Amino acid sequence: MALKLFLQDILDVMTPEMFLQHLTNGISLGSLYALVAIGYTMVYGILRLINFAHGDIFMMATYFTFYSIVMFSIPWYVTFILVIIMTGALGMVVEASAYRPLRDAPRISILISAIGASFLLENLAIVIFGGRPKAFPAPELFTKVFMVGSVSVQRLTIIIPVVAVVLLFALLYLINNTKSGMAMRAVSKDHETARLMGVDIDRTISLTFGIGSMLAAVGGMMWGLKFPQIAPLMGVIPGLKCFIAAVVGGIGNIKGAVIGGFILGIGEIMLVALLPSLTGYRDAFAFILLIMILLFKPTGIMGEKITEKV
Amino acid sequence: MLKIDSLVVSYGGIEALKGISLEVEAGKIVTLIGANGAGKSTTLRSIVGLVKPKSGSITYKGKNLLTEKTQNIVRNGITLVPEGRRVFPNLTVLENLKIGSFTRTDDTNIKQDLEWVYSLFPILKERSWQLAGTLSGGEQQMLAVGRALMSRPQLLMMDEPSLGLAPLIVRGIFEIIKEIHRQGVTILLIEQNANAALHIADFGYVMETGRITLTGTGKELLANEEVKMAYLGKKAEK
Repeated sequence: MALKLFLQDILDVMTPEMFLQHLTNGISLGSLYALVAIGYTMVYGILRLINFAHGDIFMMATYFTFYSIVMFSIPWYVTFILVIIMTGALGMVVEASAYRPLRDAPRISILISAIGASFLLENLAIVIFGGRPKAFPAPELFTKVFMVGSVSVQRLTIIIPVVAVVLLFALLYLINNTKSGMAMRAVSKDHETARLMGVDIDRTISLTFGIGSMLAAVGGMMWGLKFPQIAPLMGVIPGLKCFIAAVVGGIGNIKGAVIGGFILGIGEIMLVALLPSLTGYRDAFAFILLIMILLFKPTGIMGEKITEKV
Repeated sequence: MLKIDSLVVSYGGIEALKGISLEVEAGKIVTLIGANGAGKSTTLRSIVGLVKPKSGSITYKGKNLLTEKTQNIVRNGITLVPEGRRVFPNLTVLENLKIGSFTRTDDTNIKQDLEWVYSLFPILKERSWQLAGTLSGGEQQMLAVGRALMSRPQLLMMDEPSLGLAPLIVRGIFEIIKEIHRQGVTILLIEQNANAALHIADFGYVMETGRITLTGTGKELLANEEVKMAYLGKKAEK
């Protein structure tokens, strides 16, 4: 009875238009999560390492954008390309300096190094950029609102999923149909045998970090456009959530990361929309989802079976 | 072609190789036999640069290999079929073969070599779209050998290609080794199946706990009493 009343309440506040509005918001947030989650999953796939610095690389991308547009007045379309390149390079530098020297060390050492790299980037950002939040420069082109029937949609809400889907297909093509992609898949299974094939594994791993970081850069810039305030620690919570998205989808699996990202994004928005009294628990949703997945399907939705024919 | 001189390799203070010297002449089949832990695999792994030796030298066509990275050694025409096959289970059969030719850029020749590998192992052609992880053990071994051939090696090294395979398949694998050799590829073979290995080998080395204890042609070693006792399971004749 109580449940029925409860559902009635939801139906009263939720018109089909509103539902669509929330759904588009959820899809757009999910796309952002997906873009960043891919970076976690790719690095995990190739190194069995959780790259804790990934969320901070995402944060760095927003600052690169800020300085490029606000300080150097570089037009946004040039900025976007520059930031993607710079962030990709940053990811490769982090890999070469914090992870590569520990390639043969026990896994715990490299994990600690990842946490160190994360703190370093965060504190560097506080020292260099200042701790006070900055306003992200959002060109009107992206933020304009238009109406579809009675649903008001920001252009960005459409742009984000479209960009994410295009990048996802480009990434899948790269991984499944190019020589470098084949090398990445081989290295992710067996470093030593990949070396025997003549694959330069350092280069392949570096490339993986570069691509993951470039996707995080796109995610970061669009995040900035959507939530136009940036701060040195802004990467921590989205970083954790995207990591959760990767785990939920099955870490190591790119499609899984995308699915996890969408589940998280849509779930979070719908939770707040349907049960406004739970708004304060918005962030908790991700962690509850993580616990549920770890309890019932530890390898994630698309996770590979551990058993393998020897 | 390949010359190893007083090679010493140690893993964390334990010497796996205690100064071995051996030579592989071009166009020959050379085999290394010996028990588990004798250092056979370590020898091959040192040649391709997966293990960094403590001292000694490895030269290939007069070139020092010790300072080279694995990918350059492969590019120079040496390839290793690793112990336990180690095919990439998440890649298709065709992709496994393609990654064997990773260092090459001569696309038309790669296509020819692919056809050659398919003619040696017709089953691989049938299964080219299957994931390598779904192949049987024998098929995976064929794939591992085929993959190595795709780098068009001048020196093909094999680490226990018969391990864990049924006798009939082992015979097939040895036939293929002879066939590859007839095509002009030099072969360095590690085997526990000493009998089969010595029968096809021009020259053999017997290893024991990091040292080479006996050398000779395949026939000489087959006739050697110690070898017979230790590796061929025959009692010494009185």
